[in-house]
Amino acid sequence: MKLSHESIEINAGLMIVLTLIAISIGGLVEIVPLYYIKDTIEKVDGVRPYTPLEQRGRDIYIREGCYTCHSQMIRPFRDEHMRYGHYSLAAESKYDHPFQWGSKRTGPDLGRVGRKYSNAWHTQHLNNPRDVVPESIMPNYPWLLRNELDYSDVADRMRALKIVGVPYSETEEEYLANVEQFGAAMADQFDINRADQNLLAQAQSEDWDGDRTRLTEMDALVAYLQVLGTMVDFTQYDEGYFAEFR
Amino acid sequence: MAHSAAAATTQYNYDIIKKFALMALVWGLLGMSAGTYIAAELAFPFLNFDIAEITFGRLRPVHTTLVIFGFGGSALFATSYYVVQRTSQARLASDWMANLTFWGWQLSVLIGIIGYMNGITEGKEYAEFPWYVDLLITVTWVLYLLVFVMTLMRRSQPHIYVANWFYLAFILATAILHVFRNLSVPVGLFNTTSYSLYSGVQDAMVQWWYGHNAVGFFLTAAFLGMMYYFVPKQAGRPIYSYRLSIIHFWALSFMYMWVGGHHLHWTALPDWASSLAAAFSIMLLLPSWGGMINGIMTLSGAWDKLRTDPIMLFLITALSFYGMSTFEGPMMSLKSVNALSHYTDWTVGHVHSGALGWVAMISFGSFYHLIPRLWETRLYSVKLVYVHFWLATIGIVLYIASMWVSGIGQGLMLRAFDDYGNLAYTFIESVVFMHWPLVVRMIGGMFFVSGVVVMAVNVAMTIRNAKLEQAALEAKIAAKMAKAGA
Repeated sequence: MKLSHESIEINAGLMIVLTLIAISIGGLVEIVPLYYIKDTIEKVDGVRPYTPLEQRGRDIYIREGCYTCHSQMIRPFRDEHMRYGHYSLAAESKYDHPFQWGSKRTGPDLGRVGRKYSNAWHTQHLNNPRDVVPESIMPNYPWLLRNELDYSDVADRMRALKIVGVPYSETEEEYLANVEQFGAAMADQFDINRADQNLLAQAQSEDWDGDRTRLTEMDALVAYLQVLGTMVDFTQYDEGYFAEFR
Repeated sequence: MAHSAAAATTQYNYDIIKKFALMALVWGLLGMSAGTYIAAELAFPFLNFDIAEITFGRLRPVHTTLVIFGFGGSALFATSYYVVQRTSQARLASDWMANLTFWGWQLSVLIGIIGYMNGITEGKEYAEFPWYVDLLITVTWVLYLLVFVMTLMRRSQPHIYVANWFYLAFILATAILHVFRNLSVPVGLFNTTSYSLYSGVQDAMVQWWYGHNAVGFFLTAAFLGMMYYFVPKQAGRPIYSYRLSIIHFWALSFMYMWVGGHHLHWTALPDWASSLAAAFSIMLLLPSWGGMINGIMTLSGAWDKLRTDPIMLFLITALSFYGMSTFEGPMMSLKSVNALSHYTDWTVGHVHSGALGWVAMISFGSFYHLIPRLWETRLYSVKLVYVHFWLATIGIVLYIASMWVSGIGQGLMLRAFDDYGNLAYTFIESVVFMHWPLVVRMIGGMFFVSGVVVMAVNVAMTIRNAKLEQAALEAKIAAKMAKAGA
């Protein structure tokens, strides 16, 4: 048989098979090793799953499409270091389903916005950004203060996240493993059986939105923003340590 | 002449093509208007009006979904069903399956955008559809593949025409991309939320493997299928080089899948992955320009058509923008350039030089060729096609130029240091700087949308005329019959 392109052009089946091969290779080569090369995600202490309240805040972050204007991925440049802090580590988003690195900065990066501003500042800023930053072009989000936080399905949400790999616990065994890895206080937070009471307790633990009598969507979103980028204590590591993983 | 045209409509399934073509225009008009509105929101934030459903963050996926999947997708269904029938000289394999692809697709887009406005989203760019819409799309897409391949099998020609290779690759690649990007676990059977199977760095790589190939296969390969049929057809000449089409097809199909990682330069994705992606991005310039040359050179010996035929003007301008944005893309995938351009409006401008300049322009050109043939009449006004062309072109130029200013300007401001080594500007100062470019971008969008309005009028009048002609013809026949009877 003479090998020519014609044999493909007259055979739809062959064309389908060869096209499938051609389009599969690139993705396989670039995605699969990310699960097997150890250095892909740094070994670093402190990174943990989100608490029930933070996770609900993250859901709201996604619902409002914050990622269309804000990134959560600081690059290793001097200006970004001065403006936002240490560059983002792969480990810091390893419990993020889906990731929210973003692709556009119409507003600043939020990768390390946690504890940079007060709860009151965030509440005021989300309610009307121009109250605190007059030139801001961000929309107002007044409904965050108006809407009661719906946490009726928070345990179900944690169960779904558990299936995709977040180490929330349901059994005693899983709980003890979490105590080992994250300490008792955090392990309690990751216990799906206590999701509701944990959420309510954390909502009361701080004055998130300026009104402790009500549990609002603002409470959850501020709790989420305040944890962003705060999990890793960078003073514990030499400056050059993280460069090994790049 | 009239006889052969009438035969074509019964021989081929034109009904499904008409439906998709009209919906492409409807979604296009809505999606581009939504785009212009969110552009206005960035320039004048009071336009968010404290209404959750229309804030930028919720309307942006409405815009991208409407233009990519509503407009682009419907245009691809329409033209692929036309091209596969004409080049195979066979009727579409299954009318009911084709009809299901129509309703499945339109419903997916509709449920998607209503959901986004109400905060139902998966939060993954260009894959924001919730899990139940993902399932609907999967079923629709399998039907699409079946209809397309079964029609190919019916062909009365031994050869599969090159346009169909591109459409086929687009259908296959989109199926793979869609399924693997959207693997997720729903919170419950009656819960709209689902969580991605992947997390962090892997999720990022899967996202841009998907995201860039939504560009590569949905918005490029498929529209190249359009190009390979409508450019030679409108020019009345065969494609410039058969051999170049073969190289173009295989190189593009193979290389595109590698390049998504260039969206993740300097991030927590390992360097090897984004560098590899950048290397392939640069190589991709060759097949891209090979394809552009193949299209433009098809006109060689008939260049005068650019002076007399506005449809040709659309098609060739589209190819020129294709060439421009496939040059700009590899350049932006260089790590040093990307360090400046990433996260800024430069990327937004680049996407639109491809989306408006290439995707929309080649679709408009193809539609102006297609619509009169579907309704067996002539275009209502050729002059209005010229008007549309210039509105669109001016709009694109305003759009791209303002985004260069805004993006490069912001990138330079954010990395500027003063004499003491401190940051020269705060972030908000760069936002203030972007105001005027954002206003100009909005005006560019308005130009482009008004061009589409002109097109919609032209198409509506064309169809109206076709119906009038048809009615007149029937009346004439009826009168003759009556006479014969008497």
